[in-house]
Amino acid sequence: MEYNIYLLITFAALATYATRVGGHLVLSRFGRINHRVEAALDAVPTAVLTALVAPSLVNQTLAETIAILAAGALSLRFSPAVSVAGGMLIVVLLRQVF
Amino acid sequence: MSRDGLILSVISEEVPRSQWWAGAKEAFPILPTIVPFAAVFGALAVERGLTLGQIMFASGTIYAGASQYAMLDLMGQGVAPWLIVATVFAINFRHILYSAAMGRTLGAFGHFQRYLAFGMMVDPQFAVTMARSRKEPIRPSFYFGYAVFVYITWMTSNLLGALFGRLLEDPSRFGFDLILPLYFIGLIMGFRSSATFVPVLVVSVVGALGVYYTLGSPWHITLGGLCGLVVAAVLSKPPLEGEVEAKEERADGV
Repeated sequence: MEYNIYLLITFAALATYATRVGGHLVLSRFGRINHRVEAALDAVPTAVLTALVAPSLVNQTLAETIAILAAGALSLRFSPAVSVAGGMLIVVLLRQVF
Repeated sequence: MSRDGLILSVISEEVPRSQWWAGAKEAFPILPTIVPFAAVFGALAVERGLTLGQIMFASGTIYAGASQYAMLDLMGQGVAPWLIVATVFAINFRHILYSAAMGRTLGAFGHFQRYLAFGMMVDPQFAVTMARSRKEPIRPSFYFGYAVFVYITWMTSNLLGALFGRLLEDPSRFGFDLILPLYFIGLIMGFRSSATFVPVLVVSVVGALGVYYTLGSPWHITLGGLCGLVVAAVLSKPPLEGEVEAKEERADGV
């Protein structure tokens, strides 16, 4: 590698920071936002996190799929720590089966 | 506001209890996934010929694990540097949507605090911040309690991985790779009271999988998510006149 790695990392870091403030900077230029934009923004966590998780529902064995769905069900009643631990326990047990 | 409510709010303003610890505590469940993720990056980077300084600089400034793995991979293949930066940008593109949504919850933050907060916005940070903002306003101490704890864990594990990486075994053997999906699905369920929750969820899954099997990763995150956002926008109904005025009054007050 002949190029300067520190320079490469700096540009990669700047590009990443740009994505982290970009959405906010663009949005804050608009004073009043349309109700449809508002609804879309409210849906960002559900939509993007779901898209992030989706492949892990189908990527591995049935054990992982069941564990993820079970963690979702557990989270309705319990804290994140409990639902994550429950999901882990389920996947460890089910991996013995599948 | 009732008199008791007023007194309570005055008291809580006079004695702003710090939420550092509350924020740090929220991060506990994901530590077992951050540690191996960061350590393996450190070990892999050493293997690829990066110096310790370069590794810590990358993790400290880019601070986005998936894109750093991709960067390592492309460096090993001798890909042109501008293309590596473009790939990092593409993998982190989802943050644009995050920051547009999260910016509205940082009203209590000063200018400097806000731009620092965006710099530390990793996926779980965004998810936790948005989930909490539905129940109570986000305090800087809560946000940075979580952020600093995750950052320190990330950097320390990274360093240890770079130093002692040869001792590491494949973390997926223990199921640690599954912690993030398990954590995220719980946070997603926290938004279920939203009127468009189910259609947004279903369309995002279908869209993400469609993109995943055609264009491939990482496009499924942003494009699949956008499918869900379109549904939310289409299903949105215009607010009644009274609500618009109330909102404007609130906006003027700020």
